[in-house]
Amino acid sequence: MTVKHPLTDPLIKENPITLNVLGICSALAITNSVTSSLIMSAALTSVLLVSNATISLVRRLLPSSVRLIVQITVIASAVTVIDQFLKAYLPDAAAKLSVYVALIITNCIVLGRAEAVAMKEGLGTSLLDALGSGFGYSLILITVAITRELIGKGTLMGFTILPLAQEGGWYYENALVMLAPSAFFIIGILIWGIRSWKPEQNEKPDFEPLPLPKREKR
Amino acid sequence: MDDFFGVFFRAVFLENLALAYFLGMCTFLAVSKQVKTTIGLGVAVIVVQALSVPLNNLIYNGLLRQGALAWAGLGELDFSYLGLLSQIAVIAAMVQVLEIMLHRFFPALYHALGIFLPLITVNCAILGGSLFMVQRDYGFVESISYGLGSGFGWALAIVALGGLREKMRYSDIPAGLQGLGITFITSGLLALGFMGIAGIKF
Repeated sequence: MTVKHPLTDPLIKENPITLNVLGICSALAITNSVTSSLIMSAALTSVLLVSNATISLVRRLLPSSVRLIVQITVIASAVTVIDQFLKAYLPDAAAKLSVYVALIITNCIVLGRAEAVAMKEGLGTSLLDALGSGFGYSLILITVAITRELIGKGTLMGFTILPLAQEGGWYYENALVMLAPSAFFIIGILIWGIRSWKPEQNEKPDFEPLPLPKREKR
Repeated sequence: MDDFFGVFFRAVFLENLALAYFLGMCTFLAVSKQVKTTIGLGVAVIVVQALSVPLNNLIYNGLLRQGALAWAGLGELDFSYLGLLSQIAVIAAMVQVLEIMLHRFFPALYHALGIFLPLITVNCAILGGSLFMVQRDYGFVESISYGLGSGFGWALAIVALGGLREKMRYSDIPAGLQGLGITFITSGLLALGFMGIAGIKF
């Protein structure tokens, strides 16, 4: 993979979530509130920065047979620091995110970037790439979170945008959007949107449907 | 014993790792094109999950948690911040050992599982299972049933999705939804179905 625009490419063109199917677990699970998604995005971007920088610095010293173990250890240490930091300073948010901060370790975006970029490129490119991938992930996360929180609760980051009917407003909240399955639907529709805009991302179907026979004129 | 089965069924249906907690999604969406491969992957996940959750339970409760080292006169030490590192190390090591042992003693199973075993190290369902075990404070017996149940639930979900996708190959899907998009929407419907078993709760 050539790194042409490490900062801007991963936003839409090579988005880690919608094109490469990476890091989906957290994208689905914590997007029912904008605040948690913002914290999650910040956590993932900082882990990416730390791991990409560290691995890029030691890349010439690593024999390829042990590189995966070293990469996982670097990532796990970075995640441990972030996890402890959140538990100490933002305990409410940490409780809400529960295990998903710890699961950044197995988030394929981090390991994927370490393997694809940090092992090959210098410090500068690796850092830019980490920022770009982090932002690409955050973009999808926050878009989904805004949709879900606005439709599901009528709020954004806890502030009321659409006044609810039971509190004297006019908006009836949609509980389905807060439940697990709707995250699948929203990302599915998002992918549809992005691919209609950039059709080169479309996947080929396994089978083409037979063309319909032409109707005879009578 | 009631607890044992209670934890098992909760882990399979109500708290399905794939469809309620979205764990192991990368593999769930990427490797679910055929029923045959999903069965291989499902079995591998059940085996690794059923072994790694109890093992992590023993390590966490016996060495890492606060007061666990009281027998050595180190009662006030709290190593729980090392939990993450030790869990991922246990999982990676166990997958490796399992691979070697299967290769030596059950070559047929080894070839059936193929590349799925190493992939499992980075499957978040496995690490997630161990993390939930710590978070919910399961005892050793409960952790065995939780490991079995959560692995089985994940396998059930991916085999179901594999079956649906096999049928869908012949459908006429809009170009932009082809592949990933329609898989997302199908799993959403599948998740809705699983919620029906539980009765929707908030």
